Amino acid sequence: MLRKLSMTYLYMNYEQLIHETALADERLIVMTAENRALIRNLPGPLGQRFIDTGITEQTMIGAAAGLALRGRVPVVHALATFLTLRAFEFIRTDVGIANLPVKISSFVPGFLSDGNGPTHQAIEDISLMRGIPGMTVFAAADEQDMLAMLPAIWASPSPAYVRVNTRPATYQHAPFEIGKAEIVSEGYDVTILTYGMLFEQALIAKDLLTEAGYSVGLVNLRSLKPLDSAAVLNVVKTGGLVVTLEDHFQMGGLYSIVAELLLENELTAKVLPLALKEKWYKPGRLSEVLEYEGFTGQHIARRIGEKLGDKANAFNERTEVIENQFAE
Amino acid sequence: MTSEKQNELKELALRVREHIVRLSTDGGCFTGASLSCADLLVYLYADFLNVRPDNLQDPERDYLFLSKGHDVPALYGVFAELGFMPKERLNNHLKTSDSIYWHPNRSVPGVEFHSGSLGHLPSVAMGVALDARLRGQDQKVIVITGDGELNEGTCWEAVLVASAHKLNNLTFVVDRNHFQANIATEELIPLEPLAPKFEAFGAEVRRIDGHDFVALEEAFQDLPFSDTKPSVIICDTVRGRGLPSIERRADRWFCNFSSDEVTELLKELHSQEATTLTSETLTVR
Repeated sequence: MLRKLSMTYLYMNYEQLIHETALADERLIVMTAENRALIRNLPGPLGQRFIDTGITEQTMIGAAAGLALRGRVPVVHALATFLTLRAFEFIRTDVGIANLPVKISSFVPGFLSDGNGPTHQAIEDISLMRGIPGMTVFAAADEQDMLAMLPAIWASPSPAYVRVNTRPATYQHAPFEIGKAEIVSEGYDVTILTYGMLFEQALIAKDLLTEAGYSVGLVNLRSLKPLDSAAVLNVVKTGGLVVTLEDHFQMGGLYSIVAELLLENELTAKVLPLALKEKWYKPGRLSEVLEYEGFTGQHIARRIGEKLGDKANAFNERTEVIENQFAE
Repeated sequence: MTSEKQNELKELALRVREHIVRLSTDGGCFTGASLSCADLLVYLYADFLNVRPDNLQDPERDYLFLSKGHDVPALYGVFAELGFMPKERLNNHLKTSDSIYWHPNRSVPGVEFHSGSLGHLPSVAMGVALDARLRGQDQKVIVITGDGELNEGTCWEAVLVASAHKLNNLTFVVDRNHFQANIATEELIPLEPLAPKFEAFGAEVRRIDGHDFVALEEAFQDLPFSDTKPSVIICDTVRGRGLPSIERRADRWFCNFSSDEVTELLKELHSQEATTLTSETLTVR
């Protein structure tokens, strides 16, 4: 097992965390397909344990499998879309079939690729990754959430896919456990289930809806596979509206996950999916994207309000969105 | 190489070919592709690699990755003959009670990694070579690809990256049997001139007759070819080698013969080898 770091992660960023972990455990290898945004300063300190294969996502994943065969724990870095799509078969076949502890740090997933355009939009990544037997799948609400999650994910013997998110936290997160969701609030009118960068907008939507008089639950799923089924079933059992909110295609992501869970348990629920339905999103600055596609806190509150039959609350206050710091 | 050694390897190769022919029924297997690399695998496991049934857990052993996984009858034939697995296990071919199917998998001792999808193991082997170097271990990592497999871009990616990382402990071996699955390589996606392609990607290349044990020994004993480059050995081979009735035939990649045909093919195999083998192996058979 990788040494579990103490609460020091609260004072670190991603690069410091991976550096500390690598110093504590020589099995950890940092790999990148020339995507160095988060790990620029590591080549020096890690020496040959920093391996840049160039723009070769498939070859990087294959080599990571080879390193893992020899007992290493490779943490691989590239843009989410190229990792999950171009290298999909290598992840499935080399990492998945062999069930090797390759840890995938996928950069700018979902809306975080903001201005890049559809070539860079990883909005089917959760669907693809969760379909691989043995693969575990995680998404961080923000940097603090991610730093709380990664030590356990890297220490696990399973292959893992992580949606990297380095946006500043707007919420003080609870300690992380694989397979456990973070229950932010419970409510009987509506509960928002979400993961990843939309958590911060969900938090705003929850406040707006609460101010409008609703009882609002909010769940940060964190671990999409394994899923915290008990937490989701508890939400369903409140009888309120269940909202699945995600920067992902509606097909195959959280909406599908919840639908599968309901069928498995012979349950029905009133579910409002807020996702990308059969479309790529309009590229632009993050604030523009969320505004255009209807995913700011204000939009989310309004869409939920409409579903609840709300006429009194128009949720007219525009949400300020902190811009993304894109770095290739 | 002494003539005794050559005869020993030839006899072993003959027994491996017998396994290949026997596996070419009851569902069949990739007979043509297996026959082309039988001599190569025999030489590597019987005479070159530091890989034995008793050292498979030793991280400092050599590694061989069979990326053209459809020639598994040749690999398993070698494994059965050299004691990696009981010969009887080959009787489980295509039975769900075992895992002896058309591509290699790690349920068979000696298989380093599963294959089947082409263009994968060059990069997996590179990962092992990177780790061996990290640990300062002096071991050889070999990956065998088919020539048709070289259509896959990831084969070339791996050579490019291995060159960049100066992995001279990594050797790419091409079973150059001049056929893709259904058609001659030069008729579909021409590969020649092949050696200069690898050289241009930064590797040090030798090209030899992949059925000549003396040539195999000369090339492999000379590894690494460079202090700073990965090595490539292109083995010119014949698809279906050992059975003139199926040699170089585009329709003899995958074969599923009747038991009578297998009997005839075994006779054909023995009549061919009798001209070169002088030991008692054939007469007692």
